[in-house]
Amino acid sequence: MNQSTNQLIYTLQLADNALILGHRISEWCGHGPVLEQDIALTNTALDHLGQARSFYQHAAEQFNLMPAEVKKQQFASPALQQKIDKGENLDEDDLAYLRDGWDFRNVLLVEQPNKDWAYTVVRSFFADVFNFYFYKELQKSKDAVLAAIAEKSLKEVTYHLRWSSEWMIRLGDGTEESHERMQTALNERWAYSGELFEMSAADKAMAEAGIGVDIAAIKPLWDAHVDGILQEATLEKPANKWMQSGGKDGRHSEHLGYILAELQFMQRAYPNMEW
Amino acid sequence: MNQFINKNLYGDYGDKEQAGGAEGSNHNTAAEWPLWEVFIRSKAGLDHKHVGSLHAADAEMAIENARDVYTRRLEGISIWVVESKYIHASDPATADSMYEPANDKVYRHPTFYNLPDELTHM
Repeated sequence: MNQSTNQLIYTLQLADNALILGHRISEWCGHGPVLEQDIALTNTALDHLGQARSFYQHAAEQFNLMPAEVKKQQFASPALQQKIDKGENLDEDDLAYLRDGWDFRNVLLVEQPNKDWAYTVVRSFFADVFNFYFYKELQKSKDAVLAAIAEKSLKEVTYHLRWSSEWMIRLGDGTEESHERMQTALNERWAYSGELFEMSAADKAMAEAGIGVDIAAIKPLWDAHVDGILQEATLEKPANKWMQSGGKDGRHSEHLGYILAELQFMQRAYPNMEW
Repeated sequence: MNQFINKNLYGDYGDKEQAGGAEGSNHNTAAEWPLWEVFIRSKAGLDHKHVGSLHAADAEMAIENARDVYTRRLEGISIWVVESKYIHASDPATADSMYEPANDKVYRHPTFYNLPDELTHM
């Protein structure tokens, strides 16, 4: 794969993580346990969607600069192929609404269902700790756009991390029932934490080029941070080493299909609609 | 019957406790988080203004909730929270005796002084 393809995929990995996690969190809108937390989660969802938009815009710019024959090879999704055949440019909405599941590059963690508050908090916590250290590093990217998005996002992520850490501790070190439910959620979500640090071909190429982040190097920071919070939350770190993977290669759990069905329905049923 | 209706007026604080609201009322039970009053400073140099209230389990959560509920549109740079039960309010029923007497004391306004011309911004 050439450098421009790697950079496009790299940008899409970041965009898809933000979009899918943002979508999942937005599902709490109107269903939060209390009004204040309903608003808090909706704010967070909007932060993620904002990050996703920036990344998608950047990805679309990169894509539109590619030669026609290279464009053809980027996506398997028929709806995008049609646009490419007609010689049309792609924009952020096309990438979000017209790409099929196998072209999505998000990690499996972010597409896992909300289930209950404990599962939602654990999923956000894993992602927030990762994003915090990741965006810190991405600020140094040689791609000025990625660096700028990272700088803006880091402020948002710092607050997300504060929120999810707070809930890990509050419920982990809470009542007997809250502790047990947090531990269960932690155990079940643990196998999805490993993929965050898996280096895809795009990750490796971009890290080497100084555009991306060496995420394997973030792992010790993530571990130390998670250990600290778990200790405060009186939660036990799961012992299992086996980790789920596949999302970065477009091999997703069944959940992504349902998310995309809901997310993409309007654009698919009423092409080019605006509201 | 310990039912009562929230009047949602300042001055109501304490009514719930007096009415024994925790038991028997179908809302605001002991299981619910306490109420906090939120004060926001909109920019440096201005004072904190009361903006509303919210529920939270403790002060830290109250500040975070206030951030999420009341500063979404750049309303503030600083937040104070205080648990509502610690605010003591005057009784609206005593308003006549509390505030009416000041009505005819216009001399308390500093409008009867002759100011020198050099003095500006008064």
